[in-house]
Amino acid sequence: MTVDKNMNVLIVDDYKTMLRIIGNLLKQLGFSNVDEATDGSMALQKFKEKTYGLVISDWNMEPMSGLDLLKAVRVLPTNGNVPFIMITAESKTENVIAAKQAGVSNYIVKPFNAETLKAKMSSVLGDF
Amino acid sequence: MSNLKNDIGRDKVVQIINSVIEKVEAAEDVSRENIYLELKALHNLIEETRKEISASRASDVSGTHIPDATDELDAVVEATEVATGTIMDSCDALTAYADKLGAEHKDYLLGEVTKILEACSFQDITGQRITKVVRSIKQIDEKVSNLMAVLEDKIPGLPNSALVDTREGDAKLLNGPQMADKAVSQSDIDKLLADLF
Repeated sequence: MTVDKNMNVLIVDDYKTMLRIIGNLLKQLGFSNVDEATDGSMALQKFKEKTYGLVISDWNMEPMSGLDLLKAVRVLPTNGNVPFIMITAESKTENVIAAKQAGVSNYIVKPFNAETLKAKMSSVLGDF
Repeated sequence: MSNLKNDIGRDKVVQIINSVIEKVEAAEDVSRENIYLELKALHNLIEETRKEISASRASDVSGTHIPDATDELDAVVEATEVATGTIMDSCDALTAYADKLGAEHKDYLLGEVTKILEACSFQDITGQRITKVVRSIKQIDEKVSNLMAVLEDKIPGLPNSALVDTREGDAKLLNGPQMADKAVSQSDIDKLLADLF
């Protein structure tokens, strides 16, 4: 499977620093079409404008959390099966189970490094 | 420890009240002076308790210490966010500069920039942890405030203690970094020094 590095990627985090870190790491991995949202509702709004090839989202956000965003994305009439990676400091077993039940594609625990990000992206998109 | 003290205090109050009731019931055998002494002991006990509550400076905890502590923690989050932003600006500049270098140097530089970016995620983690602590402190603040409201209602005249700084000498001058809205600027200090000398 060939990964199209021109695909639209949406990153969602309420910490601007994290948006910037993930954005820069994605750029270094060759992904240049990256959009940002600071909470779940803003992210859902973005889905009305574009089709995304990957969503990377934090969990702990207000008013709409990453888990709620994931659930909302999964019932979208189009683009609902987009690969969705949760990057979060929530690392309890029940969190991982809840995310899996909601249809998460992969799960990264903060703090993470570029290698982990690339590995998890490869596992959902294919090698690149 | 304080529960034990409270139990002892409560037992003492109950004991005195029972004693007064017994003496009033057997009024013909007890002088008014004896009843007065019993009631006086009860009054003293209540006064003592009131002083202990006052000495605990519970109102200071809610009114001063907790808001100060949460402001300081918020300032930590803000300061690390600003510093992280500056570090990342430098990373962006280095990444742009890397394009001017040969492949070997470029790869090396970008590798090191990636490590810096990864390390910058500390700000997100510490920010979340501090936010969690601030939330817990605010819950304690709410409980202390509720407790104080109940106590002030039950014990009229409870003195409203003000925070008194008991430090002396050099210790009194050490207050750590000032909050942005209270800090004296470098230009103010320069002006002050110029006025002094």
